[in-house]
Amino acid sequence: MTLGLTHFLVLSTLLFCLGLFAMLTRRNAVAILMGVELMLNAANINLVAFNKYVAPGALNGQVFALVVITLAACEAGVGLALVMSAYRNLETVHVDEINVMKW
Amino acid sequence: MVNWPLEIVRAVLLTAAVFTFMAVVAAMFGVLLERKVGGWIQSRLGPKHVGPQGLLQTVADTIKLLQKEHIEPRAADRAIFNTAPLVVAVAGLMSWVVIPFGTLGDRVLVVRDLNIGVVFFAAMASLTVVGILAGGFASNNKYALLGGLRSASQMISYELPLAMALIAVAMEAGTLSTVGIVEAQAGWFGSFAFRQFPAFVIFLIAATAEVNRVPFDLPEAESELVAGYFSEYTGMRFALFQLGEYGEMFAMAAMATTLFLGGWKGPVLPGVVWFLLKMYLIVFLLMWVRWTYPRYRLDQLLNLSWKVLLPAGLVWILITGYRVTF
Amino acid sequence: MGQLAAFIILSVVTLVSAVVVVASQNIVRSALSLIPTLLGIAGVYILLQAEYVAGIQVLIYAGAITVLILFVIMLTEHGTGARFRQVNEQVLPGTIAVAVLAALLMAVFFGTAWPRAAGTLPQYTATSIGTTFLTSAILVFIVTSFVLLVALMGAIVIARRER
Repeated sequence: MTLGLTHFLVLSTLLFCLGLFAMLTRRNAVAILMGVELMLNAANINLVAFNKYVAPGALNGQVFALVVITLAACEAGVGLALVMSAYRNLETVHVDEINVMKW
Repeated sequence: MVNWPLEIVRAVLLTAAVFTFMAVVAAMFGVLLERKVGGWIQSRLGPKHVGPQGLLQTVADTIKLLQKEHIEPRAADRAIFNTAPLVVAVAGLMSWVVIPFGTLGDRVLVVRDLNIGVVFFAAMASLTVVGILAGGFASNNKYALLGGLRSASQMISYELPLAMALIAVAMEAGTLSTVGIVEAQAGWFGSFAFRQFPAFVIFLIAATAEVNRVPFDLPEAESELVAGYFSEYTGMRFALFQLGEYGEMFAMAAMATTLFLGGWKGPVLPGVVWFLLKMYLIVFLLMWVRWTYPRYRLDQLLNLSWKVLLPAGLVWILITGYRVTF
Repeated sequence: MGQLAAFIILSVVTLVSAVVVVASQNIVRSALSLIPTLLGIAGVYILLQAEYVAGIQVLIYAGAITVLILFVIMLTEHGTGARFRQVNEQVLPGTIAVAVLAALLMAVFFGTAWPRAAGTLPQYTATSIGTTFLTSAILVFIVTSFVLLVALMGAIVIARRER
């Protein structure tokens, strides 16, 4: 059995589902962000794997993986700024306790 | 096809060799040199009693640290507490993988000439902060936690100017490989210390901050935070933190040598000698600064990074791009 | 053969630490085990001949984003990891939904015969990635830069304390 595309797809599926599980079940906004990071990484594995096994002529998959990493950095920055702001105003980072529209 | 068992044996042997070299040359000799230089600058003698001229002082210190009891605070998070020093030491020493020491015949002495060498170096430098932050958190001590948080904000801020300097050099050399960058420099005025002088200055300042040395030693400021993130560490784990720190400091000096001073190149003497000479020149510079200047305040430190070094680095990248293109 | 072994080791490291990320009741531990996950994924990139992406992954994800996450956790959880209940009431529905999704995705992945275009990956990808970014993907590059700038300003504005 040699290493093929399916191996990487299975890995990324499992990783994506773990990230989704974290998003669905976690109360802490930071933990939800970590779930998002796992899902983005799963997508990245797919991009790079398809680049190698399906379209090796160009590097578009790797380029898009880099774009996703950049956007993940943006997302982490803004998301964590929101968490800090919520903590400062509402004194909680648990998303099920942040339930007022206006204070 | 790669011969896997042979590759693994080679990797293990090379790692052991480099780590031993680092432990002996950087940590042991480095600590001794630090104290001797400090003594010289402050008109003292420094360590004098163990061995001829105090040469064996660090050996004695190491034996003392090895014998000491390893204390875990009761409220500490044990798994993280015990792993954190390893992360710092391994990340500090891994930076050495891409540094070319010299030449032997027509082979370049380097563990691995990665074609993303410079990126690898920056990545390893940025991994150290994880160990520091984890150690500070797991100690369950407010001074350690404050030290860890300070170090995180400081190292994240100074990674950016460091990366700017690396980018400027890689642009001018046209490659990310460290061996390629050394080969792109020829002669005194061909070295990047002249052609990339602003990048050299930015790199040195950012490197000093990355390895938490005076004037940027806020994470471990002993007069404010006891010892910062390693307040609770004893014995060999404390020594591992120190080893990681000195390994990283010597790696920064070696990287400055590689990127800006032409690495192993030089007339008459063999390459390794030139490399060590240049590296110890940079190390001496760092020590000189340490024993001369007072510590920065946290806001001054962050302002220096975000308002001075980062814009300067961006402008220098623009200038370099213009020079390389036209 | 060696590649398959390397892939299995990397997958085990990645998935085990990802499970810790998802399941640990101590938020600091789950943030710290994000690091082995991301390093394992970097190893997978190296297996896929994307060493530049792997380097950037370690530099940005493991070195910067994780540290940012740890920083925020330590500022918001009073310096401890284990004081609050970390999961909500959706564990059972969440498990079912995730399992169904995983089964569906696996069925699709195993059932599809992927086409294979001609060509080989270049040996040294950093230069080619730069070329791609500045030629055919220039629009993506510029838009990403703007998003980065806007996110930078947005993060500063949101996180700044109101006077």
